[in-house]
Amino acid sequence: MQVPAYVEYERATSVEHALALLARFGPRAQVLAGGHSLIPMMKLRLVQPETLVDVGHLTELRYLTVTGSVLRIGALTRHAELLAAPEAGRHFPILHDAERVIADPIVRQWGTVGGSLCQADPSEDLSAAFAALNATMVITGPDGTRAVPARQFHTGPYETVVAQGELLTEIQVPITPGAGSAYEKVGRRVGDWPVGAAGAAIRLDGDVIAAAGIGLAAVGAEHFAAPEAERSLIGAQAGEQALARAGQIAAEHARPVTDQRGPADYKRHLASELTVRALRRAVARARAAGRSAREG
Amino acid sequence: MTGPADHNGRDGYGAVARKEDARFIRGLGTFIDDVTMPGMLHGAILRSPLPHAVITAIDTSAAEAHPGVAAVITGAMLAERGLAWMPTLSGDVQPVLATDKVRFQGQEVAFVVARDRYAARDALELITVDYEPLPVVVEAGQALAGSAPVIRDDRPGQADNKIFDWSAGDAEATERVFAAADVVVTGDMLYPRCHPAPLETCGAVADLDRVSGRLTIWATTQAPHPHRTFYSLITGLPEHKIRVISPDIGGGFGNKVPIYPGYVCAIVGSMLTGRPVKWVEDRSENLMATSFARDYHMHGEIAATRDGTILGLRARVLADHGAFNGAAQPTKFPAGFFHIFTGSYDLRAAHCEVTGVYTNKAPGGVAYSCSFRVTEAVYLVERMVDLLAAELGADPAELRMRNLLRPEQFPYTCPTGWEYDSGDYPRALRMALDIAGYPELRREQAERRAHGEYMGIGISFFTEGVGAGPRKHMDILGLGMADGADLRVYPTGAAVLAISCQTQGQGHETTFAQIVAAELGLSPDDVEVVHGDTDRTPFGLGTYGSRSTAVSGAAAAIAARRVRERAKIVAAAMLEAAPEDLEWSDGAWRVRGDPEQCRDIRQIAMAAHSGLELPAGVEGHLDAGSVYNPPNLTFPFGAYICVTDVDPGTGVVTVRRFIAVDDCGVRINPMIVAGQIHRGLADGIGMALMQAISFDSDGNCLAGSFMDYLLPTAVECPSWELGSTVTPSPHHPIGAKGIGESATVGSPAAVVNSVIDALAPFGVRHADMPLTPAAVWRAIQGRPLRPDLATS
Ligand SMILES: Cc1cc2nc3c(=O)[nH]c(=O)nc-3n(C[C@H](O)[C@H](O)[C@H](O)COP(=O)(O)OP(=O)(O)OC[C@H]3O[C@@H](n4cnc5c(N)ncnc54)[C@H](O)[C@@H]3O)c2cc1C
Repeated sequence: MQVPAYVEYERATSVEHALALLARFGPRAQVLAGGHSLIPMMKLRLVQPETLVDVGHLTELRYLTVTGSVLRIGALTRHAELLAAPEAGRHFPILHDAERVIADPIVRQWGTVGGSLCQADPSEDLSAAFAALNATMVITGPDGTRAVPARQFHTGPYETVVAQGELLTEIQVPITPGAGSAYEKVGRRVGDWPVGAAGAAIRLDGDVIAAAGIGLAAVGAEHFAAPEAERSLIGAQAGEQALARAGQIAAEHARPVTDQRGPADYKRHLASELTVRALRRAVARARAAGRSAREG
Repeated sequence: MTGPADHNGRDGYGAVARKEDARFIRGLGTFIDDVTMPGMLHGAILRSPLPHAVITAIDTSAAEAHPGVAAVITGAMLAERGLAWMPTLSGDVQPVLATDKVRFQGQEVAFVVARDRYAARDALELITVDYEPLPVVVEAGQALAGSAPVIRDDRPGQADNKIFDWSAGDAEATERVFAAADVVVTGDMLYPRCHPAPLETCGAVADLDRVSGRLTIWATTQAPHPHRTFYSLITGLPEHKIRVISPDIGGGFGNKVPIYPGYVCAIVGSMLTGRPVKWVEDRSENLMATSFARDYHMHGEIAATRDGTILGLRARVLADHGAFNGAAQPTKFPAGFFHIFTGSYDLRAAHCEVTGVYTNKAPGGVAYSCSFRVTEAVYLVERMVDLLAAELGADPAELRMRNLLRPEQFPYTCPTGWEYDSGDYPRALRMALDIAGYPELRREQAERRAHGEYMGIGISFFTEGVGAGPRKHMDILGLGMADGADLRVYPTGAAVLAISCQTQGQGHETTFAQIVAAELGLSPDDVEVVHGDTDRTPFGLGTYGSRSTAVSGAAAAIAARRVRERAKIVAAAMLEAAPEDLEWSDGAWRVRGDPEQCRDIRQIAMAAHSGLELPAGVEGHLDAGSVYNPPNLTFPFGAYICVTDVDPGTGVVTVRRFIAVDDCGVRINPMIVAGQIHRGLADGIGMALMQAISFDSDGNCLAGSFMDYLLPTAVECPSWELGSTVTPSPHHPIGAKGIGESATVGSPAAVVNSVIDALAPFGVRHADMPLTPAAVWRAIQGRPLRPDLATS
């Protein structure tokens, strides 16, 4: 049986307490949320923290609310809760598209949105979804909170701007009326990590694309985003031609690597193919949202 | 769903609920890791990170100084006791712990015994091993190159990496048939290395009693009796002092036939510490170091007339056995039963050649419900028939129907010498085509293609030879493949059947009770089945190769018939009639012509243990035993059809429907039979679409967890559509054949044929398993992937 090395365990009872514990135990302490990334790595002894600071029970970070025109997601919100939340699905179908294909029901029941983002696996679906939505990450530390754009949150594989002693506490997503979004993923099996995945968020002005966000997972896109492809869409007619061009540009900027999930050329192809498919559905949803806004 | 089957025994002995499920669904099974003993210590294995390297030094001092550690064992220590190397099931040797060099990544290097599993794992990190890396052989195709390093330099006289050359069939006759044929089609295909991946990994608890000298070993074994013999031979302990207990087993699929170094380490650990020692491997260890399956690199050639009569088949195979030849199969068959590769067709001639090679990969090869390599054989012939159909422009169903063996040809001796016992192949194929609605599917396919949608229909027809086997032909390390059964009938008529085979989920406690109950007019609830404990069961070779019902089932039926014959004499005394005047009907011995005058087994059992005056020749009691030496294998068969939808933009394959018509002879418990088929079909989807133990060019195993070695889920499996025909085996006492591996053997080819059929408009002729999205997309691009190597 795989068993972790010896580790001390502290259970935080509040954000404040968690920050105090992290300060007390220093650099060999690590935050434990749902544990679905961290515990397997500890069992394989890829990481050996001295102390775990368990924030998994902090209900104060477990919420999903709309404040004004912002969806606020507490970092300790479970995947399953995000999937079940109607307000998330209504404003951001991309989040429900993505959550439906992340892991399996057990992992979704335990794994947290914040843990997913902090793990910063290059294949993490939510990182791509929030990049497409241009979300903002709220980080809390001993000196208070700071907000970081999703596209500046990840600094490399398994690395984020969350410093030692800090916590990711909230994800904020701006709500844009009449927008549409979608997520497309290819895995080798249900519950598998993506071989490649793409998310898109679109706002239309008539039939012209007014705003576009594209997020990519597992294909080596810097910051999980495709800014060049997005730029190519602004002001374009929301038709096949523009979408295909965006897909092509997204693929050109991707830097996928060959592994057992697939060779690099296939992943590059997926960057294009899935970007187009996500855009297509996002545009259709934006049109539908526009129609119902006009009719409603 | 069950298709329109004939009723000739389809309902068998009744779909009674499985007796064993009462404990399993409550979570009250006893698996290896549930076994605990007072004072028990825990072992862990240090494994080689390198696939090929000389060990220059091992320093265990820091591990020994760990407060929780009781012993650290190395190959050098074992060598002092003559235990460093052990025999494999294929007559090769394999190190228990490496002494000279390591030959695959994950090979066993040292064993720590500690107070708990945490301390054991902690101590592993304290052992330092100095390695001098050597060049590696990862690809079987490179193993025989002049430049390849000799992996087995421990073997005297071994100057290359060849294990064996083996052939079957008539090369000259085949050459003549090919020379005269209108059409010859060739194909190269890889059946990639995969793994049976039972949910329960392998493990053991060994307890050597220093006073009595008795060794008790609880182990995950599908073959408790041969294991006892081998432990005796390996350790030198007398065999009667060894007891092997195989408790509940969480899946085997051939993975739990071999003896693994960990079992021997646990025994040695107990010898050294005087305490019971538990060793349970983790998932990565199971996937990386225990018996894999397949790794057959095959070249096939099929010859036919222009109008579609198949004439001959040829195959050349490079078999990758890994670093040690540890394939678990009958001794005289180094390529298993691969030479049944002519399948279900009426051919004039066939010839196959198999070359086994060593590589720097884990040993094994025969596992994952393969019926001793019939899986590879069926895959080859069924792909070749589809390649031929494509070449001829023939419908694959019609081509098969035209060439299938006909019922009147049975018993049929195939060109490589197997004697098929019984079959009605066209009936099974017709039934599958009917359930599928084949012509309608072809129409739909044509319509969809016109719209740029790619749907595939794949057929596979298989014949297996199972139930090894006649002992004069088949043995494992000299142990003939016969199995015993002991049946005791207590005074109240309650019966206990002790058998040598070992269930790993197949439901033996139910099926075998049904066999005895049917013979004796009892309820299955009256019959307790004992298995998995060498002290309580008769000798026999165990459960693998679909042999339990075919061999042990026969032994059980014969033991029950012997009880019945004894009961007849007792009944005659009770009824004051002559035994020859009695007949067995309706669960009782009855006086011929006066059936009301009768005694059933319960009454007879009480009388047999009572003061009743018995005729000469009967000593009392009803117990009987038997040893079954099968006269031949049994030959289950089936027709499978798989319907897939392929997204050419992503390469994603969806299995829409799967129709399986199986004929396993008489069905004992049709529900258990269906369960076995469901499992095997899921296996087939796993192998065909997602599973491979692949390696990088440095020899690193890339499938060491369930994140990368994928098991199919309900989402990938359609609602199976089953049909059945019943063609009893003429030589089996109850007409049963095996079913445990049929679907695993037959289904991968149907899935692959279906996907290739879907891709036909792109000019794709073949693509190797697993047909992952990447593999399918690359096939469409005309640049097929090598699924066993993670290179682009
Ligand atoms: C079988 C399986 C399948 C999966 N499939 C997918 C998939 O298809 N797609 C996908 O995207 N993901 C997948 N995942 C990943 C899954 O989404 C993550 O494991 C999970 O969401 C991580 O959240 P957690 O709460 O369990 O994090 P933990 O494991 O507890 O923590 C992960 C890391 O983040 C840090 N951390 C956690 N919370 C915070 C915080 N609030 N502030 C600062 N640091 C923090 C921890 O210290 C740790 O380093 C899969 C996981 C498994 C086990």
